[in-house]
Amino acid sequence: MTEIPTAAESAHPASEAGEYTGLLGWVSSVDHKVIGIMYFILVLFFFLIGGIEALLIRIQLAQPRNTFLSPTAYNQIFTMHGTTMIFLVVVPTLIGFAVYFVPLMIGARDVAFPRLNALSFWMVVFGGLFLYFSFFAGGAPDVGWFSYAPLSELPYSTTPGVNYWALGLLAIGIGTVTGGINLIVTILTLRAPGMKLRRVPLFVWMVFVNSFIILFALPPLNASLVMLIIDRLLNGNFFTPATGGSAILWEQYFWAFGHPEVYIMILPAWGMISEVIPVFSRKHIFGYGIVAGSSVAIAVLSFLVYAHHMFAVGLGNPFDIAFATASFMIAVPTGIKIFNWIATMWGGKIRFTTSMAYAVSFLVLFTIGGITGVSFAAVPIDWQVEDTYYVVAHFHYVLFGGTVFALMAGLYYWFPKISGRMLSERLGMLNFWLTFIGFNMTFFVQHILGLMGMSRRIYTYPNLPGWASLNLVSTIGAFVLGLGILVLLVNMAYSLRRGKVAGDNPWKAWTLEWATTSPPPPHNFDEIPPVRSQRPLWDLVHPENPDWKHAGD
Amino acid sequence: MTDKNKLGMIFFILSEAVFFIMLILAYVYFHYFPPSITSGPTAASSLDPGRTFIFSLFLFSSSFTVWRAEKSQVQGSLQRMRFWLIITILFGVIFLFGQSLEWSHLFSQGTGISTNQFGTTFFTLTGFHGVHVTIGLIMLAIVLGLALRGHYSEPGSVGVTVISWYWHFVDAVWVIIFTIVYLLLLIR
Repeated sequence: MTEIPTAAESAHPASEAGEYTGLLGWVSSVDHKVIGIMYFILVLFFFLIGGIEALLIRIQLAQPRNTFLSPTAYNQIFTMHGTTMIFLVVVPTLIGFAVYFVPLMIGARDVAFPRLNALSFWMVVFGGLFLYFSFFAGGAPDVGWFSYAPLSELPYSTTPGVNYWALGLLAIGIGTVTGGINLIVTILTLRAPGMKLRRVPLFVWMVFVNSFIILFALPPLNASLVMLIIDRLLNGNFFTPATGGSAILWEQYFWAFGHPEVYIMILPAWGMISEVIPVFSRKHIFGYGIVAGSSVAIAVLSFLVYAHHMFAVGLGNPFDIAFATASFMIAVPTGIKIFNWIATMWGGKIRFTTSMAYAVSFLVLFTIGGITGVSFAAVPIDWQVEDTYYVVAHFHYVLFGGTVFALMAGLYYWFPKISGRMLSERLGMLNFWLTFIGFNMTFFVQHILGLMGMSRRIYTYPNLPGWASLNLVSTIGAFVLGLGILVLLVNMAYSLRRGKVAGDNPWKAWTLEWATTSPPPPHNFDEIPPVRSQRPLWDLVHPENPDWKHAGD
Repeated sequence: MTDKNKLGMIFFILSEAVFFIMLILAYVYFHYFPPSITSGPTAASSLDPGRTFIFSLFLFSSSFTVWRAEKSQVQGSLQRMRFWLIITILFGVIFLFGQSLEWSHLFSQGTGISTNQFGTTFFTLTGFHGVHVTIGLIMLAIVLGLALRGHYSEPGSVGVTVISWYWHFVDAVWVIIFTIVYLLLLIR
């Protein structure tokens, strides 16, 4: 770049974001908003792949003794579906939202380490590509998303699929840890003047707590992955019982990561709900301190409940009782939040936008998932329904009915800020209803199938009474759900071009990201409004009755 | 403390600590509570605590020398900082040399990572520690290179401090590994 840029070029935002333009400008960017958008593109891509995999699973299970997929292909597809949705969709989406919005919400120019931010993102990209390359290198992993030993070991998995799984996840794991460190330091050091930790938006609070879970929960995953890699590539002896290793050790290590991971996937989603519900109820959040504090309790407890995934192993009564107790306990701070959100809506002036519709149905669906979750804490129930479709129904209510519905609420809420244009409400409500009906059709019946004894991860099933019709309902529901997602894609494509121009603050919200233009300029803010309470933009519009005049913060 | 580099390193170290705790637990589990009896080499039959202790002294002392380097930088004495950095790197290299002697000794006895649980856990644990020492050495070398080009002349610069924290961490991990893998052999 030896040419001197013209005045028009130097005024262009791209030249402020980096020295390159076009595609290279994107790839080389360290701007948190550009990286955030790249996260969204990445997860959309993998969400479509993971969704197609889910539809393939449902086609195979649509009727008894179906031969649409071979057993091997079926195993590969459900493994890749789970791995993709957890590691390449849900977690990167939450980190993408955090990377985009945390600096804006705390009034910062960027994250603390912009280049580390880019590294985190690209680690996830290449981890994902590596994982999917396994399809061309002798077959995808086919041992389930938690790769239990000794099935995942060389004698039982001779194709290299598990190697790609482990190395791909290791790259993603490293990227996630560095992302977590970056967000913690950003929130600790870059808050605007006046923004005490008790004044940050709850989404930022949740991301903050969540990053600590990432910090301590991802290393056990990374450690178990390198041990598995050593077993498989260097003939190590960690997890193979035949040579003195311990298969249980893998379960202990993996779930020491795996259960905190569940909370990693829900905490930022709660943060989004805590932003959306107050804005569309026109009320301040009920019990800010309680919502924030109960998240800390959940973060601590999340490390003490993991062995409820292992009740069927037979670790002994004292062990089972300890983890059952902790698992019951974690339901308390979770339940408290639900009441906080309901109390926020109570007496509010509710605007049923698509975002709010998703947020309200989140409350219902997540509560159902939570209740079935508590039922697993009871050891005898766990023994009865372990590894059945009851489990599948449970975690889809938590991760889809919970996290994905919250993400949708967040997407409809923040899309105007990111793109400068509103999503169509008409298409939005169509998208919502198709998704809501499709989701419940797909997964509610799976509770019943599980209680009837249908095992998860079986590629086909005999024609027992009721199984065929319930599975068919589930499959039809999955396609309705897929149609709902298709409407979302149409809505985004349409609204990006023709959507109503959003303006700075279309929802009349109160947090700092709405104080700048939509989309924000590369430097985020020309001027940051004074922060004297949790709702700086409320104070700005209501100088006669600002929040900071009342008791507390 | 509001320096982002210091905070970033603290949280990175915390995360790394959990990683090492997992590897150390795996060693302790297979060494002291083996799920089944296996034959072959053990720590007692293969390791030489005395020689490793001597090489460990170099790593332990390097925590002192890197601390001197940091203090010299704060006091604005670049000359002394470079000197202590060079000594630190030297000690780190000597420690790694000791590790390579230990490894080649084990290899010559036919003990490798695939031999049995002792081999797997020992080489995994000391190997990952060695990788971290190597990364520390690279970072120290970068700091030294920058110092030779005249960086860090301002007292407020935190680069040396942050790298020294990482080096202390690598050292502290070795204190624990040395205790569990070598010292406890002598007590039993």
